[in-house]
Amino acid sequence: MTYSDPAIWLPFVFAALMGAAILIYVVLDGFDLGVGVLFPFADKDEQDRMVASIGPFWDANETWLVLAIGILLVAFPTAHGAILTALYLPVAVMLIGLILRGVAFEFRAKAPPARKDMWNLSFWAGSLMTSLSQGYMLGLYIMGLESTPATQAFATLTAVFLTVAYSFIGATWLILKTEGALQKKAVDWAKGGIWGVVLGLGAVSLATPFVSQRIWDKWFSFPEIVMLAPLPLGSALLIAGLWVALRRLPTADDSFAGLPFLGAVALFALAFGGLAYSFYPYVVPEQITIYEAASAPESLMIIFVGTLVVLPMILGYTVLAYTVFRGKATALSYE
Amino acid sequence: MDTLILSRIQFGANISFHILFPTITIALGWVLLGFKLAYNRTGAEKWMDAYRFWVKIFALSFGMGVVSGITMSFQFGTNWPGFMEAVGNIAGPLLAYEVLTAFFLEAVFLGIMLFGASRVPGWLHTLATFLVAFGTTMSAFWILVLNSWMHTPAGFEIRDGVAYATDWFAVIFNPSMPYRLAHMLLASGLTVAFLIAGVSALRWLWGERSAQVRATLRTGLVMGAALIPIQIFAGDMHGLNTLEHQPAKVAAMEGNWETRGNVPLLLFALPDEEARENRFEVGIPNGASLILKHHADGVVPGLNDFVAEDGTVEHPPVVPLFFSFRIMVATGFAMLLLSWAGVYFMARKRRGIEGLPKPLLYALVPMALSGWLATLAGWYTTEIGRQPWLVNGVLTTEAAVADVPAPMVLGTLIAYLVVYAALLFAYLGVIFYLSRKAAKGEAPEERIALAPLAQAQVAAE
Ligand code: HDD
Ligand code: HEM
Ligand code: HEM
Repeated sequence: MTYSDPAIWLPFVFAALMGAAILIYVVLDGFDLGVGVLFPFADKDEQDRMVASIGPFWDANETWLVLAIGILLVAFPTAHGAILTALYLPVAVMLIGLILRGVAFEFRAKAPPARKDMWNLSFWAGSLMTSLSQGYMLGLYIMGLESTPATQAFATLTAVFLTVAYSFIGATWLILKTEGALQKKAVDWAKGGIWGVVLGLGAVSLATPFVSQRIWDKWFSFPEIVMLAPLPLGSALLIAGLWVALRRLPTADDSFAGLPFLGAVALFALAFGGLAYSFYPYVVPEQITIYEAASAPESLMIIFVGTLVVLPMILGYTVLAYTVFRGKATALSYE
Repeated sequence: MDTLILSRIQFGANISFHILFPTITIALGWVLLGFKLAYNRTGAEKWMDAYRFWVKIFALSFGMGVVSGITMSFQFGTNWPGFMEAVGNIAGPLLAYEVLTAFFLEAVFLGIMLFGASRVPGWLHTLATFLVAFGTTMSAFWILVLNSWMHTPAGFEIRDGVAYATDWFAVIFNPSMPYRLAHMLLASGLTVAFLIAGVSALRWLWGERSAQVRATLRTGLVMGAALIPIQIFAGDMHGLNTLEHQPAKVAAMEGNWETRGNVPLLLFALPDEEARENRFEVGIPNGASLILKHHADGVVPGLNDFVAEDGTVEHPPVVPLFFSFRIMVATGFAMLLLSWAGVYFMARKRRGIEGLPKPLLYALVPMALSGWLATLAGWYTTEIGRQPWLVNGVLTTEAAVADVPAPMVLGTLIAYLVVYAALLFAYLGVIFYLSRKAAKGEAPEERIALAPLAQAQVAAE
């Protein structure tokens, strides 16, 4: 078998695509889930502006989750069943969370004013449930999808850390999209959140190599260790840079307001890269590789061709949407 | 109850909840585009008012459709892993094309359609509205291709228990696909027509006399009157197609036990599966033979043909099919009667809406939800009629189910049911509330009482 064999390169390409979709999802829905998690810390008027800052985007952001799970489903059918049945309950909690927050966008604006508090609560609770359950699933996945008290404890830890990480990137988004008192608040939230990110990255990095000898070898042997070094070093530099930047924000003329968000995106990307490197070539940790789980090459080919044509268009109009709604979040109206 | 039956109930409950909203968004997107174009052409403010009112209901329905749809796509993995393992090579690409060509299109342009009117040029806003409508229709196309393939699989071969596509054209244009797609798109159009007519009738009865409510009441009635004959015709064709490919399903729908000629069209009966006969039959002589075979002594297949030597029943359960089919057809004829009566009264002496008699207006109000009833009844007929197969002749439902503990499925099932019931209640409540407000003539934007500064910043809608 060589790399020109479609049974080799197609699964790899689809694993890369799925990775990209998950990363884009975690960044994009990460910030809007984070905004939801931060809801109780803002007053009523600020809450409206926070929703306005994500209103036009959240639906498309969530579609990346559908794409990621779709690729898992269509490209790696056996893995799909194994992963999702092992995560049955957290998936259900996440879905109910997504439902509660997704409908709240519409209901809080359209239901009778007296109900608005209830829908705000549903928005917050849904965002929290979603973030926590995603973090929990991440933890269990790292632990090889095994449920023992120890792995569950670790998963609980990652649940909390991912939620904090989401609120961190959410806060940096608000720094970019808002002004005035709310922007100042967002800077404070980001300063708090960054410690959660540090702890979370640390915990996952410490735990991962201990879960499997294979990952340990992948990390701590020569020359891999040299090639991997940029990941932790880059993350440390980014965190230091973010900390310095957050202390100086907001600037008088609102310059550099986008910097923390970009930094947060880079940080998420590095962390994700580290995980992807560790688990490759497994899609179900230590059990099923992407090559074993892949669908028939003919079927993958059909999807691959479609993806080549459609993905650039999707990226194109996603950019269009972010351009149309650039600038500070103000009125969200149908007019 | 075991995992299989609980998973089936859960899937049925989820998809039933989901389909309520796509049924509305698929056609309402096009209707909104129509309102927008009518406004662009005539400049009449009533069309823009109609757009503003119905785009809210569209946005709300869309949100409900999205969140329940995400639940659906996870269920394949959490509850039916055997489905993708056996037919993933075929279902996979179809679902992937749905995400790529439909979901992103809808989701991205929805933002511009809803909130972009003041930020983009008029043509781009109209284009965004078009793309959202187009996206929802594409998504219906792909999912119905898959669903039709599950009923009438074609263009594949089985190797080691796994399906491999041999001819994608045959997979996509499988025998029941054109009928199902046409029937479902028409169902969506009818659901929206009667929803618009019903809500407008309610607003009229509450005393609203705006140009907008006249325009939408007329639109709904005319649209319904135009679509329903086509739907009845399409449904008949669909039934003939099913007779060819899934005769047991048709036998159950007709409640016909013995294969014979001169079969009556049963208007009512109580099928008894133990005794394998009907009680209290009321029927039109030769009706079923005429409809299905086009002559009075046409031979129609009976259920008893689908019982194995050892007595194992190999046809779907009769009672639910028999009744859900009748509910759908009866609703269809109620739609025919009401919409044609409405158009007749409007045309008579050219009196327009003023010519509609009160009882007709009252009857239209509950009919607002008739599309939902017929659509659900239709899907129940179709899907239960496929049992015990998940993919007809290829994979049984039982073989696809996940081995998760039954109490876990029961727990999630209850959670979904509670959430869905609450949301359905809230959804109908908001439609009612928005209608009430419109009937009182309140402009929607004046509603949120905020501090003056905040008001400038957030209309939050
Ligand atoms: C005939 C139409 C139809 C049918 C039978 C289904 N859907 Fe659906 N679905 C739509 C028509 C639709 C739609 C009109 O395209 C929706 C409704 C609102 C929306 O955003 O798109 C949608 C939304 C929607 C979404 C959210 C898309 C987004 O993020 O924008 C997902 C993931 C699914 N569906 C998945 C499913 C699955 C797995 C189904 C079957 C098992 C299913 N749908 C049946
Ligand atoms: C949209 C309208 C639909 C409705 C209302 C609907 C309803 C139902 C119902 C009531 C059942 C249970 C039948 C039984 O167990 O007796 C069922 C089964 C099933 N349907 Fe559908 N369905 C719809 C569309 C689809 C589509 C589009 C797909 C897939 C592409 C699908 C896939 C399935 C599967 C996998 C089952 C097996 C699980 C089960 O038996 O419950 N359905 N559906
Ligand atoms: C009045 C005449 C009608 C007839 C003769 C008719 C016929 C049929 C038949 C035979 C099926 C089952 C197809 C199969 O699975 O093999 C079906 C399904 C269905 N019907 Fe109808 N129908 C009628 C009216 C309606 C109306 C008024 C609606 C909705 C507004 C509707 C919505 C549906 C839906 C959503 C399905 C399931 C999807 C499908 O298989 O197409 N039908 N219809």
